[in-house]
Formats: sequence, C-alpha cells, structure tokens
Amino acid sequence: MGEWVRIPLSSNYAAAYAAKDADVDVVAAYPITPQTTVVEKIAEFIANGELQAEMIHVESEHSALSACIGAASAGARVFTATSAQGLELMHELLYIASGLRLPIVMSIASRALSAPISIWGDYSDVMATRDSSWITIIASSAQEVYDSIIQAYKVAENPDVLLPVMVAYDGFLMSHTYEPVYVAKDRSTILEFVPKRKPLWNILDPDKPITVGAVGNPDWYYEFKYQQVVAIENSLNILKQVFEEFGKRFERNYSFIETYNMDGSDIAILTYGGLYGTVTEAVDIMKKRGLDVGAIKLRVFRPWPTEELIRILKNLKAVIVIDRAISFGAALEGPIAMEVLATISKKSLDTALHSYIASVGQRAVTEEDVMAMVENSIDLLKKGVSLTEKSIYWGVRQ
Amino acid sequence: MTLQIKRLASWREVPVGGAITQPGNSVNRPTGDWRVFKPIINQDKCVRCYLCWVYCPEPAIKIIDRPYKTSSGREWKMTFEVDYDYCKGCGICVEECPVKAIDFVEEVK
Amino acid sequence: MSSSPKLHYKTVFDIPKEELFAPGHGLCAGCTAGTIVKLLLKVAGPNTVIVNATGCVEVSTTTFPYTSWRVPYIHVAFENAAAVASGIEAALKVLKAKGLIDPNKRVNVIALAGDGGTADIGFQALSGTLERGHKLMYVMYDNEAYMNTGIQRSGATPQYAWTTTTPVGKVLRGKIQFKKPVAEIVAAHRIPYVATANPAHFLDMMNKFRRGLEVEGPSFIHVLQPCTTGWRFDPRLGIKIARLATETAMWINWELDYGEFKVTVPVPKRKHVKHYIRLQGRFNHLTDRDIEEIQKMVDSEVERINKVVGKEIIGPVVE
Repeated sequence: MGEWVRIPLSSNYAAAYAAKDADVDVVAAYPITPQTTVVEKIAEFIANGELQAEMIHVESEHSALSACIGAASAGARVFTATSAQGLELMHELLYIASGLRLPIVMSIASRALSAPISIWGDYSDVMATRDSSWITIIASSAQEVYDSIIQAYKVAENPDVLLPVMVAYDGFLMSHTYEPVYVAKDRSTILEFVPKRKPLWNILDPDKPITVGAVGNPDWYYEFKYQQVVAIENSLNILKQVFEEFGKRFERNYSFIETYNMDGSDIAILTYGGLYGTVTEAVDIMKKRGLDVGAIKLRVFRPWPTEELIRILKNLKAVIVIDRAISFGAALEGPIAMEVLATISKKSLDTALHSYIASVGQRAVTEEDVMAMVENSIDLLKKGVSLTEKSIYWGVRQ
Repeated sequence: MTLQIKRLASWREVPVGGAITQPGNSVNRPTGDWRVFKPIINQDKCVRCYLCWVYCPEPAIKIIDRPYKTSSGREWKMTFEVDYDYCKGCGICVEECPVKAIDFVEEVK
Repeated sequence: MSSSPKLHYKTVFDIPKEELFAPGHGLCAGCTAGTIVKLLLKVAGPNTVIVNATGCVEVSTTTFPYTSWRVPYIHVAFENAAAVASGIEAALKVLKAKGLIDPNKRVNVIALAGDGGTADIGFQALSGTLERGHKLMYVMYDNEAYMNTGIQRSGATPQYAWTTTTPVGKVLRGKIQFKKPVAEIVAAHRIPYVATANPAHFLDMMNKFRRGLEVEGPSFIHVLQPCTTGWRFDPRLGIKIARLATETAMWINWELDYGEFKVTVPVPKRKHVKHYIRLQGRFNHLTDRDIEEIQKMVDSEVERINKVVGKEIIGPVVE
C-alpha cells in the first residue's frame, strides 16, 4: 500500500498534491478566489522540481479549459481548477471536453455565482454544470479531495468511460481550512494505482492523422450523444471498481453515498460537501437527546447513484434534503431534492421528501439549524406532508 | 420509384467522440456535380506553368506523368488535367491562366 | 537593412507535390480559403497539427463522416484556437521532456482561424497565447466578415463595405468604422514573426508560412482571403481581386522578422483603388467621390509605410 505521510493541508492544497502525485503533464488554470491556492501550490511544485509539468498561465478560464482540451488531445494527463464565475466562463468548453471524450480532471472550490458578486461558498456553480456530461464527485474532507482526484484519473482514462471528471468541495469552509491528510510519501504509490499508459482516447498524432471535433449533422449528432449516455452509465461500474480497488490498496473506503447513524433511524438528512460534517454533528447531538436521525452524504452527483440511494431511501419514512443551490423557478427548487424525488418516484417509494435550501452564499448553517430543520420536518410529517410543495428557504430574512 | 433505405452506422459503430479516422476521406464525396461551367485545358496552348495547379482551391488540377507533343512540335514531359470529380467550375484556373489555354464552357449533362 | 534571408520557395517548381488537403470539401466554388489552406499544408508537411476555429474552413472540411485533412486536425470552438494550440504545444513539449514521445520529432502546431475568430471573439485567447510565447503559428484567413453565418460585419470588415448587418439604406451605407489593424496589434506583442500575405502572391505567402514555422516562438500570418459569396464577385475573380488588393495598396504584403520590417511585395506602379473596389458587389453603393475618399486613405497609409521603410517601396498611382 506504499508509505504515507500525514500533513496538514487545506482542500485546495490536497487537490494540488493529488495533481502532483498523479504526475500530471499540463496544468492550465486562471486565478479565482477561492480556488487560487491550488494553482499557486502546483506552481511551487513545478518551481521546486517536484513536478515535471508545463503550467500554462492562461488569460482566462475559457482558455484554461481550452488549453486542457488541446493538451489532452495531444496525449497529456492534464489538470485544471476553478470556482464559480470561472466555471461559468468554461461552460461552453465543459460540453466540448466531454463531447470529445477527453479524460480531463478539474477541482472546484465551489462558490456562489454573481450577481451580487460573492466570493463565498455554495454549490450553484457545480449544479449549473449538471448536464455537461462530466462525472461529478463532491468531497467533504481534504483527504477525500486528495483521494477523489487520484480516483478521478483512473475513472476518466478508462476506455469504457473517457469522460472528464470534476471534484468539487466547499469554497472557503474546505478550500482554506487545514485538516490532517495522508499523502503518498512517494509518487510511485499513486502511479501504481493510476499508471500512465499510452493514451486510449483520440490523440493528434501525425503518424495516425485523425480529425477531431467534426461537424455532427442530424444524421450523426445523436449517436455521439448516445455514446456519452452509455459512457456515463458505464462509469457507475467503473467508479465502483475504482473505489473498491482504492479501498483494498490504500485502506480508505469510498462509495457513491456515505451514511451515518442509519440503524434505527427512519428519518435521514441528505446533503453534500462540507455541510455533511455539520449534519453528522447535529445527528450526534440529537442522538444524545434521544432522537435517532440518519445522515446521508451524496458523494457522486453524476452519474446519479440511483440504486445505492434506493437501497437507503426505501427504509426511510422521510428524507430531508439540504441543498446549497437554487434552481430558480423549478418544480422543486433544490436541485438535489429534485433528483431525489425522481429516485423515489422510480420505485414508487413511500418515503416523504422535505426539501430545504440553506447556506446559499455561505450563510452560516449550524448544528442548531440542522436540528431545527429536523423538527420542522417531523412537524410536516405529522401534518401528512409527504412532499414540500416548494423548497423551504431556511434562514432567509422575511 | 423505389424507396431507398440507406442504413447509417449505429452508435456502437461510429468512432468514439465523433473522430474521423480516415484522413482525407472527403475524396469519397465528389463535388463535380456543383459545376455549371466546365474548364477545359487546351493541351496545345498550355505552357505547363503550374499556375492553375497552384491556385485551384479544391485541389482539382492533376499533374499527369504523360508526355505531350504540341501541334507545333513542342514536347512536354507532363500534362495538367482537370479532375472533373471535384472541379466545382469556379473558373479561377481560367482567369489565372497566363496564356488563355483554358476554355470555359457550359456544362452539358 | 541587412541581407534578406534566403527564400525557400523561389519558383513553382519548389512547391511540394504532395497534397495534404483533400478535395471533396464543401467550400464555395472559387473560395480562396481552399487555395490558402492547400498551400499552407504543402509548406507545413505531414508533421503538423492543425487547430481550426469554428468558421467556413471548419464546417466545409470536416462534416462527419468526411474530412479533407490528411494531417491531425482539431476543432474545439470559435474563440479559442490559440488557447487550444497553446495546450497542444505545451503538451508536446513536456511529453518530449518526459520521454513519453519521440523528443526528436518536430511537430508544427498551427492555429487557423478567420477574421471573426481572430480579430473579434478569439482576440483575447490570441493575445494571451502570444504573450506566453508558445512556439506555434497562427494563420488568420481574413475574408473581412462573418461569412460562415452569412456575411455579418466583423472588426476586420473594411469601412464602407456592405454586409448583412451593415446594410445600405437611406441613412446608413455600409460599415461606418475602420478595419481593425490586426497584424499591427499582433506585432505590438513583439513576437518573433508577423506577416501579411495574399494568395495571389503565393510564393511570398508560402515563404512567410515557412518562416513562421521556423522561428522560435509565436508567429502570426494575416492572409487576405477574397470571398466570392460575401464580397459579391464572380467566383473566377478571387485571385485577381487578391492581386488587385496588393496592386492598389489596399493590402500591403509585409513582414516583421525579429523587429525588422520589410515590404515583401513592392509595388512600384500603383493602381487606383477603383480597380479593386469596382469588381466587388459589396462596394456597389459607393460613388466616385466615396472611392476618392478611400483612395486618399490608402495614399496616406502608403506614405506612412514608405516612411517606415525609408524609401518609396510603394509607388504613386499610375492607372
């Protein structure tokens, strides 16, 4: 399993360490708060000779992802990182990176979208990439950020997948908070797990000239999009295999979904990212007070882990979904709540769904808030509300 | 009139990500039927200056390794020919020919 | 001026016979972009990667399942050809350094974009790429409007030209503003090599492509590309109009090679701009007085260039 050292790292630094240990060849990124320290750290690694890579100091995020697309098409292992407006500026290229089936890995320190401008954390940026055909992992600790990026390369480069992967985590609350993280003492530990092989994706090689990025007219476009449908479906299995192999090799276990205190709980709170920490703290407090409530962390957003989720939801009377983004004007304005609802409907489960929106633009959410949401949800259940008609905007001043 | 059903490749059969793996395969899609006017090289007048070959945007001027003897007895080692599979009949060769050796005639089908 | 560098292509016989640009593409009949791209690939040869911005050349040459390219080719989007090319260049560099690909193989990285993709939407990515100093060549084929979407005005459209978004009406008559001096703005980045070229002067153009691929760092070749569809002229006249552009000095073929400026196609006897303008439907609405105004602008530009060169490299109007 190799040797590991335990060092204090922010999630941003953990992302940088992962990119270094995956021996990336090209990094193209543009500064944006709260992502910036990722690329600063990578620049340090390169400057110190700890990583042999080309760093492209692009003039925008649009060019960052464009350069990554170019570099990946030339056969390089590439990395980029961004937040919020930067991710929005990349938006057009997100679809092209996945459409060209390039195994690009990107870390995202999630941040609220303008306007008004806010540098603080929420997940509106990540949720806006929902349909871009990127595999999306949301981490809730710096260790998980490091490990997820390593796993991301292995999944992305799998010939049955060949899709880009984003690994997101809370801007500021995680990106700038130090936690102890195990990192490989020697890169070879990681590279044995994600070896750099001859690229299996479309490469611009003069010895075997191909045309990449052709025009897809109505006779053809649909088939290429369907290939992506299959690829992201395949990725469910590949992700599972990669999680298992990672666990076996490194003794850190991951899945699509993480749960806490589910035994004996018929109500559970589902959330994602750093907020999961607050939720489990709240669960502990409630347990001490004699109330068993479970916690569910959604770790993989795309592909949506339907089966894993059903296995958990089917035993629940109610699920409380806390979203950190708003899908304005939607049938249910919590974007994850909407997906959970679809999952419940798929198997006609009796599980009630109560959708809450909180910590938008990093409005503080404490354990007390979480407990109050649970209280509120129990009240709703008593009134027979099996589905909140609208998402409940927790903590907004009326 | 018979109904023609052309079967296009399925999603499994097309290359991943829409790549085209046969370089230059547009040669399988002739554009000669675009032509309204047809350039005809008068081999007797042609001075083998290459300009039609240089300027042709398709490219649809072929260099043929075939000697040619003009009526005045001049011997050329090679011949330029219009590739009518691709020539769209733009007339650039006609316009640029310095000795007016290319006729431009209406295409007759 | 010091001795001029040896020109590689002196006559048509120096041009490689190998065709890396295949026929069967869908460019309009008489599209001079075909001529430019074909000759570009002859200079570049097979060890080349083309990065093409969205535009006429892209849509006409790569409609799945057909491609006209016999070299590796990638199209990503409209505004980022330079950025994509910079990523490819960086990747090749590091993969060579790491020994993952043959370190001795020289691969040309060429970005190819129209005037919209270069002067307008792609300008930021271009400027960034030039500033970073990637070793790549950027070729701008300038048909002076958004031809692919149907002849809309671009920053590179010349003053007075009709386009579908600068129509000729009762109040307004064509484009109001000047053409953006793209090559000069690029030159301000102080990259090793900047040149303007014209397919009518094909040897000059090809030598510039060659020089652009040779220099250590970014190079930029701005090529005039007469457009039969958008400029409204008989398809057979594309090269003739390109030549007239130079003969009237509406277009000056120059190069800036490591800071050394040179007009590569001298025009001792200049033609009046009317010869260029009157062949094109996009200028149909211009009166003789309007044309005289354009002539005056060209005259002052010629004066400026002659001053820079230090001699009358472009002569007076004689016909």
